[in-house]
Amino acid sequence: MWRRRTGGARGGDTRDLAGGTADTGVGKDGAGEPALTIDALGRKCPIPIIMLAERINEVAMRDVIAVLADDPAAFTDIPAWCRLKSHEHVASHELPQGGWSIHVRRNY
Amino acid sequence: MLLEQARAEVAELLGARPDEVSFTSSGTQAVHLGVLGALRGRRRIGRHLVTGAVEHSSVLHAAEVHEHDGGTVETVGVDRTGRVDAAAFAAAVSRPGTALACLQTANHEVGTLQPVAEAAQACLAAGVPLLVDAAQSAGRLPVPDGWSILTASAHKWGGPAGVGVLAIRKGTRWRSPYPQDERERRRVPGFENVPAVVAAAAALRARVAEEAAQGPRMSALVDRIRAEVPRLVPDVEVIGDPVRRLPHIVTFSCLYVEGEALLTELDRAGFAVSSGSSCTASTLRPSHVLEAMGVLTHGNVRVSLPRGVTDGDVDRFLAVLPDVVRRIRASLGVQ
Repeated sequence: MWRRRTGGARGGDTRDLAGGTADTGVGKDGAGEPALTIDALGRKCPIPIIMLAERINEVAMRDVIAVLADDPAAFTDIPAWCRLKSHEHVASHELPQGGWSIHVRRNY
Repeated sequence: MLLEQARAEVAELLGARPDEVSFTSSGTQAVHLGVLGALRGRRRIGRHLVTGAVEHSSVLHAAEVHEHDGGTVETVGVDRTGRVDAAAFAAAVSRPGTALACLQTANHEVGTLQPVAEAAQACLAAGVPLLVDAAQSAGRLPVPDGWSILTASAHKWGGPAGVGVLAIRKGTRWRSPYPQDERERRRVPGFENVPAVVAAAAALRARVAEEAAQGPRMSALVDRIRAEVPRLVPDVEVIGDPVRRLPHIVTFSCLYVEGEALLTELDRAGFAVSSGSSCTASTLRPSHVLEAMGVLTHGNVRVSLPRGVTDGDVDRFLAVLPDVVRRIRASLGVQ
């Protein structure tokens, strides 16, 4: 089927759902390495988003947080959360073990 | 006799000729037969199928079969409201080798109306048949012109379950994907369920007759829910097109809430709603509609207003919802 599958049927693919930036490569996040990484692997939505919302203020303004998540809902919901909360979804990178590292920039 | 009377009636109400209309055992079967039969009928012309990204699963699963069978499928994306990109759809159908295009009249999860008129124009220009899945809107809204194949489902217009409609426009190439059978102009195998078909025709007539009054009333209730829910509940995204939509469906997602918990709590309060959240699906995946739209998939609630819903029912829903959401959020440690 043509729907996205977890575990990388489309292999090594990155997507920018926020439409805010054309860059999707890890090295092109502007800030480089994320200032903070939240491990939400194995956690079901909405938990990864609650973890992100709780901790986004721990990084400096314009810094990037990476959320590691493998619930398929997180792939759609974290960019949607960014849109609703006026933060920036920078990119989502597929992880070799399945799931994604979803990069979010704190805007305020 | 009864069957032919029902056929004539359904045909007239849906804007088809009686000999174009066949009855199936469900809307899903109508879609399966419509998609696979049209592809089979045009096999020599091409094996490319174009569909919208938020079609009913019956369309997507038929497309899957086509792909397994060596055909190709192109899915046209939607905007944030769930509306198919008409220009992209037109570009896709004009690709050489396109055998069939499929588009729903309205989305079953978020209510957004699709650009069927534009799609039909593009299909006509490209000489490609268009299957219009009118399951959500038949009886509520006029069936748009320009279809080659039309599908619908009786229980969606208040008829009995177990009756679908497959209409094939005269001149459309179509070959049954099943072994040959005599029933329903060799389009649908097996005997028709005549009593249910008669009931379906009566229900369609009744729905069309009452929709002039009921449609605007329901639509106003949906407007009210769309306006009030974000006012009463913090961190809610109301989903779908606010204007170009079905009269009776409204969908929203609540941040930091599990869809399953929301369904259970609302059920306890006497409201049967649906959800596109992954935790409510057997596949543990969010709905493909919400994913394609790029909207919040967790904490999702779809309200389908039933026939006879009152202002008081909506008042009560709006009174109950804020506290239900607050309690679920509190249980997850969200203030």
